[in-house]
Amino acid sequence: MTISEIKQQIINSSARAVIENTLKIAEENSDYHALLSLTSERALQRADDVDAGKITGRLAGVPFVVKDNFLAFGAPTTAASKMLENFSAPLQARVVEKLEAEGAICIGKANLDAFAHGGSTENSYFGPTKNAINKTKVAGGSSGGSAVITALGVVPFALGSDTGGSIRQPASFNGVVGIKPTYGMVSRYGVVAMASSTDVIGTFATNMTDAEIVMDIMAGHCNSDMTTLPDFFQIQNESKPNQKIGLIKDFMTDDVDADVRGKINEYADELRSKGHTVEEVSLLMTEYALAMYYIIVPAEISSNLARYDGIRYGFRAENVNTLAELYGKTRDQGFVTENKRRIMIGSYVLSSGYFDAYYIKAQKARTLLINEFNKLFENYDALIGPVAPTTAFGLGEQDKDPIKMYLNDIMTVPTSMAGLPAISVPAGFDSNGLPIGVQIIGSMKSDANLMALAKSMEKTNV
Amino acid sequence: MTQITREDVLHLAQLSSLKLDDSEVDGLQANISDILGYVEKLNNLNTEGIEPTYQVTGLQNVWREDTVIDYGVSRETLLDLAPESIDNQVKVPKVL
Repeated sequence: MTISEIKQQIINSSARAVIENTLKIAEENSDYHALLSLTSERALQRADDVDAGKITGRLAGVPFVVKDNFLAFGAPTTAASKMLENFSAPLQARVVEKLEAEGAICIGKANLDAFAHGGSTENSYFGPTKNAINKTKVAGGSSGGSAVITALGVVPFALGSDTGGSIRQPASFNGVVGIKPTYGMVSRYGVVAMASSTDVIGTFATNMTDAEIVMDIMAGHCNSDMTTLPDFFQIQNESKPNQKIGLIKDFMTDDVDADVRGKINEYADELRSKGHTVEEVSLLMTEYALAMYYIIVPAEISSNLARYDGIRYGFRAENVNTLAELYGKTRDQGFVTENKRRIMIGSYVLSSGYFDAYYIKAQKARTLLINEFNKLFENYDALIGPVAPTTAFGLGEQDKDPIKMYLNDIMTVPTSMAGLPAISVPAGFDSNGLPIGVQIIGSMKSDANLMALAKSMEKTNV
Repeated sequence: MTQITREDVLHLAQLSSLKLDDSEVDGLQANISDILGYVEKLNNLNTEGIEPTYQVTGLQNVWREDTVIDYGVSRETLLDLAPESIDNQVKVPKVL
């Protein structure tokens, strides 16, 4: 169901009828475990306000879902953790406020890897989400719940956060559109922080037109998030003709499934048939991107998660005698193993004696990666490649080996480290019927061009 | 290749304010050694004379007016979030 179809339904019946039906379908699909909570009472109240004409806007009455690391009213904000299991948000994320100001109605909160640490949603304290196409497969992650609830057609769009691929990879695994904007395009105020130098807010949708509307509403400078850029995003109605596009050959090695590579090559051919030029390019720093990511991001995680101490809000361990014991036991019991692993790696690389060898070295490597991207964008309008090396893998298949899990991110982290916009677009299915996404990457602030290009490529029958 | 001992893990846990259960230490020791081993591939990269990048957009010193902004959140609401409070203050165990 698209946004315009839902708006037509509201005209034909009522916002209340649409929201009631959406909540019903959400409950019927509860075996996917895509949602951690429904915000039914608040959603129905807002629907009545839409029907009474008290709430208006571009998305009046249109239901959506947020990843449960966004502060929103109507249900706890858990970040899929024991630490925040009962945390009742005192305010809402700025993007939720902006969407509500346009009349949209949040109906629930989606599952994720606890604190967004993971690539399969299996690290959720509340249990994994199942893939929308095949229930024995992972949803991807960390924004797995948002991807699945969109793919199931329960809502036309759902918000996610992307630190190293957490929107793009689950979008690819579930066959929906996933948008990771330029770093600083969208306010992060009121979203649980993970790695502040790469965290961005974006959306899942079933088509590019809906994604454009949502990003248009969310984009813009925010006085409560000093990392936001001055306004620049503007929907581009026509795709620029005859673009020069680079196919990243370092993303097309034998380590990537043949079916995945096949669909990317098909997409490249379709681009050519529309008059664009596609040629192979190198991104040699691909080899090092994951290594820098797993130094810099844990370092920022260890700092950002220091705030969870059991004092002012969230979980507090019982049977403790001293303050040190309160901190230690609260954090041991409130975090899942992956949270602890990343915090401890962060503590290691930030320790005196190791700081230069790991942290500074990684930040220098990051400069080299950015330089290589910049060089490519002197000659190319956009770059394409796969989102992930495989389609959705089996539940429980990779959760014992962190490195194997991290390697899934190898083609999504380079753009995160560089702050570039990158979107995941459905490109077909593998031989087992699992979705494959193509990643389209642009230079800083070229979001509108990427989305217009992707929109021009959408098949009219989907 | 970096070898991480059990003592190293316990030290990192202490730096991270994590009072780990014994059962978790061995697994973390193996994982952390593997991960640090993996990221050491950066040593193959020549970064001489390269400036580090901490922030990708180049924004610096973003100022705002020094005025009070009302976020509509009361002191009572915030105190209610604390696991324990008494007399309008957050209660914690004895520090010393």
